[in-house]
Amino acid sequence: MAEQERIKRQRTERTSTPATGEVTVDSSKGEQLKADLDELLDEIDEVLEENAEEFVHNFVQKGGQ
Amino acid sequence: MGGPGSDSIVASSIIVNAYAQGARARISWDFEGENPGLDARAQADRTAFAPLVETHLANTVLTNGARLYVDHAHPEYSSPECRTPLEGLLFDVAGEEVMRRAQRVANETLREPDAVMLYKNNSDGKGNSYGCHENYLVRRDVPFDDVVRAMVAHLVSRQIIVGAGKVGAETDDALASGATYQLSQRAEFFEEVVGLETTMKRPIVNTRDEPHADVDRFRRLHVIIGDANMSQIATLVKLGSTALLLAVLEDEGVSVFPALPRNPVRALRHYALDPDLRVTEPDEDGRTRTAWDYQDALWQLAERYVARGGGSVVSDDPAQVHMILTQWREMLDGVLDDPASVADRIDWVAKRRLVEGYRARYSLAPTDARLRAIALQYHDLRPEKSLALRAGLREILDPTTVREAVHKPPTTTRAFFRGECVARYPDAVTAANWDSLVFDLGHGPLRRVPMMDPRRGTAALTQDLLEKCETADALLTALDG
Repeated sequence: MAEQERIKRQRTERTSTPATGEVTVDSSKGEQLKADLDELLDEIDEVLEENAEEFVHNFVQKGGQ
Repeated sequence: MGGPGSDSIVASSIIVNAYAQGARARISWDFEGENPGLDARAQADRTAFAPLVETHLANTVLTNGARLYVDHAHPEYSSPECRTPLEGLLFDVAGEEVMRRAQRVANETLREPDAVMLYKNNSDGKGNSYGCHENYLVRRDVPFDDVVRAMVAHLVSRQIIVGAGKVGAETDDALASGATYQLSQRAEFFEEVVGLETTMKRPIVNTRDEPHADVDRFRRLHVIIGDANMSQIATLVKLGSTALLLAVLEDEGVSVFPALPRNPVRALRHYALDPDLRVTEPDEDGRTRTAWDYQDALWQLAERYVARGGGSVVSDDPAQVHMILTQWREMLDGVLDDPASVADRIDWVAKRRLVEGYRARYSLAPTDARLRAIALQYHDLRPEKSLALRAGLREILDPTTVREAVHKPPTTTRAFFRGECVARYPDAVTAANWDSLVFDLGHGPLRRVPMMDPRRGTAALTQDLLEKCETADALLTALDG
């Protein structure tokens, strides 16, 4: 069988970089992070698994590359 | 993954099948031509075990061109082939969403304590590790020994910016060091510089010579040492820096690269154990270098290459190449001078900030289970539990684009043809591999369509044809023409 590419018409390659519009990042956020730590720790208290010992103990994932 | 009392293989199958039912019928994997035992080195280590090819476990191919399957005892998402690091990031994050949806569907029928929980991490804290593998297309005419010489320094040192962080240690040497925090999830599990194996005696450079493409033109560098990142920018820089350095190797040769560490395995592990980034290791020329020194030298190599006009092989979009270099540089400078400034980009710094903050607040011992729980929950895929989501990591992808990428393939590689065929002719695509699709037309023999060049099968080359062919029969007839 012919390779599927062989019969295609050549034309200008469309390039798709779906997120390049998002290349700008502001650098002020690092500063803000420092102030947010306390709030973050409160949030951890809210969502952290209740029995940490058992939670950590039960997480076993054998057989991996 | 977790699920108290559950068998990992069964739970993994439930995840894969849950997603397959929600979308398309299961498509099997075509193992013809798979040869994970082939070694890229001329003089291979004949005592090494070839990886097992598991043909019986749950498998499917997604409309975005990815493969979702059970590997050993975990569910694995292999993203579609991407043209650029930014696309690689997009389809990595789309994979998180795939897993999240599979988990949701699976848990509609499973109740505590059998509910399945998924974590995007690389070790279970008990000595079991599993990789987040990267694959890079490399020209075949680059000698493999040069790939090793060029890449070892990067692979042992990049963890200072793309390591995912770990509380404690799991292997004898790291435990003996008394480590309370490591930069990388994977580093302590590596024992060799070069080798074929992936589950034991893990090598810094894996020699699996299975390009899933035309073997005369391409290599596939199978990087097994990386951590799975929760930070989008870390994933981008991990893929982008490695791809740029491989492009430097292809175009300028191995001689421009810095001398290797004299003992790469020791360097990898020592660097991992040192969050202060002060540890030095001797290189082959007798100089001593920190991991940061290596990264600084490698960044300069890549930056000069781009300044001379290189980089289009990594992305046709100069803005993307610029972003990779800029972020790589900012992460390097930040991690050395002011780690807090890059806690929004570097996973090990972000995770350590949570762990250290919590430890200080409650005056906990460094071995406290709550700190390990925080480290594990950082990688939890459930939004209501994920600590990475709460850690203030910068997102650079548009969530709408991510949702699209769950279903739509990249347009820039052969994954487009694979994903579109799965979407358009779900009943006819019976099996797939990276380099072929197998059609069952309901009459005559099965038909295999080879795709030996990952850079073809793109939207530009195949979309018109696909739109003209309403059935797989029509497609195959057109391909025969």
